[in-house]
Amino acid sequence: MNAVHCQQIEKSFGQGETRTKVLRGVDFAAAQGEMTFLVGPSGCGKTTLISIIAGLLASDAGSVSLFGESLCSLSARDQILFRRRHLGFVFQQYHLLPSLTAAENAAVPLLAAGMNRKLAVKKATELLGALGIGNRADAAPRLLSGGQQQRVALARALVHEPRLIICDEPTAALDHKSGESVMELLSSAAVHPDRAVVVVTHDNRVFRFAHRIAHMDDGVITHIESPGNQI
Amino acid sequence: MTYVAFQMLIGDRAKYIGLLFAVAFSTFLLQNQTSIFSNLMKRAGNQIRDVTDADVWVMAPKTEYFDQTKALQESDLQKVRGVSGVDYAVRIFKGLPIAKTRKGQFAACSVLGLDDATLLGAPRNMILGNWQDLWKPNCIVLDKAGYLLLFPGEELKLGQELELNDQRVKVVGISDALPAFTTFPLIHARYTEALTFQGRQRQQLSFVLVRPTVGTSPDELATRIAEQTGLMALTTSQFQRASVVYYLKNTGIPVNFGITVVVSIIVGLVVTGQTFYLFILENLKQFGALKAIGVTNGSMLGMVLFQSSLVWFVGVSIGTALSATFFNISSLVIQLRHFIFFWESAVGVAAFMLLIIALASSAGLMRVIRLQPAEVFRS
Ligand SMILES: Nc1ncnc2c1ncn2[C@@H]1O[C@H](COP(=O)(O)OP(=O)(O)O)[C@@H](O)[C@H]1O
Ligand SMILES: [Mg+2]
Repeated sequence: MNAVHCQQIEKSFGQGETRTKVLRGVDFAAAQGEMTFLVGPSGCGKTTLISIIAGLLASDAGSVSLFGESLCSLSARDQILFRRRHLGFVFQQYHLLPSLTAAENAAVPLLAAGMNRKLAVKKATELLGALGIGNRADAAPRLLSGGQQQRVALARALVHEPRLIICDEPTAALDHKSGESVMELLSSAAVHPDRAVVVVTHDNRVFRFAHRIAHMDDGVITHIESPGNQI
Repeated sequence: MTYVAFQMLIGDRAKYIGLLFAVAFSTFLLQNQTSIFSNLMKRAGNQIRDVTDADVWVMAPKTEYFDQTKALQESDLQKVRGVSGVDYAVRIFKGLPIAKTRKGQFAACSVLGLDDATLLGAPRNMILGNWQDLWKPNCIVLDKAGYLLLFPGEELKLGQELELNDQRVKVVGISDALPAFTTFPLIHARYTEALTFQGRQRQQLSFVLVRPTVGTSPDELATRIAEQTGLMALTTSQFQRASVVYYLKNTGIPVNFGITVVVSIIVGLVVTGQTFYLFILENLKQFGALKAIGVTNGSMLGMVLFQSSLVWFVGVSIGTALSATFFNISSLVIQLRHFIFFWESAVGVAAFMLLIIALASSAGLMRVIRLQPAEVFRS
């Protein structure tokens, strides 16, 4: 079973004259146990597509199912709860809360699900340790380097053991070396037989981490590569 | 998530302190202005309130307030005494002579002339001396503020002399009378002597002070006296209210304070509301990330509610403590004596601040709820 299965997704932005079709019938799939890359030139609709997959944006036409469940059959509230339970996000700009410590930031999905704070922070701290920044667990985000912040964001995406992780340009704000190590962590810590990882990127230096690469251009998937994982 | 909300609020110390300052400052300003205004207006009824021996005041028809008096006839007193339900009815004279000291200080004074036989209406709060000494010839009781005005720099002591219309009198008591609106020194004397201070020998009966018999209410008696004598009769609280209303209507004070209060309200609204609204807007990105992660709108509502109630509680507490301190200190200033911090203004302003913060946070919350979570992917 595919973790993500999209069929004929269409999406336009704007009104009247300025209305532009950003997605023109996208078919896309991502399998459990794999890291699927979504690549393509800037503006081709990658972010729009993953927003729709994550349920953050509604499509105009087409269907999305996650783990066999159709997103549009869920109520708005159930969509949010589904997202909270089964999805993890890594953003280009990290989006850590500046007034929380690294460990507290990583614990947010657990806190949102109602877990006791001590326990949540303890779990998050352990995970930060596994990602190699256990010694910065109590630091404020502004005291961390970009690479460290992205690792905290990675911990936040993983802490609640979601079944799907969505990353939008996770290495774009990082230098080559930190980008490389974030991708390494992603492929070692995030990939799991029960989990799918979707990574949007146009950084071809990290392509080797992918199990499958979907190429996108001008609102459609043009072809899919299966390079196999070289690590 | 309460913890996250709390950290978001206090995380930026400067912003948090700014927010508290805005709330505390507006609270203080509003409580202060409304309380001072009420205290000031209350003074218009203070001389009436201070005469604890009367429940009903009888005066010439069409009298509007305490300082406006038209003399009654001696026969009016007899008429009032004839009304059933009157326990006692005594005369009181109110005059405004000039008092001079030996050293040449002088001031217009508000004189109350009390019934020679009973001294009803005498001041009950004495700082020095006894009001009973008014029975001795040529003796008066002066209030503390008046004493300080007429004998500047001198310690409070009995036996000082004043000259009123060539009449020498001795200060046998210093009272802590409630301050009158007019700020004149307050002199209590015997009726027959007070008349001579004024330089007119004609009888000057300003008011008749009445107490009802047991079982008769002041309201009922006032109505009965008015009907049977054709004079004006008001209960103590009616007369106080009438005097306050007169000053409200006929002085610029309400307008003046009204402007200050309105300005304070606007400043409070703008400063507090705006600061709090901006606080939420500045955190919109953080709220957006939380929303993408799967925090529900209900949770967001809880977070904003928590943040606003905390800011309200801490800010209003600080502001109210400042107001209380202000009124504590100001009560030591002689001109502001008996100024109190009205609980109505403390509670009313706290409620008003709650309303402002609730409005500002609802406005902010609307933005949070309408926020497209997909925006978090755009930097
Ligand atoms: N909310 C929006 N309103 C209008 N246009 C949008 C919006 N979001 C994206 N677009 C447009 O859609 C196109 C695709 O954007 P995006 O999905 O972000 O591309 P990518 O992530 O591949 O760079 C762009 O031309 C962008 O300007
Ligand atoms: Mg993009």
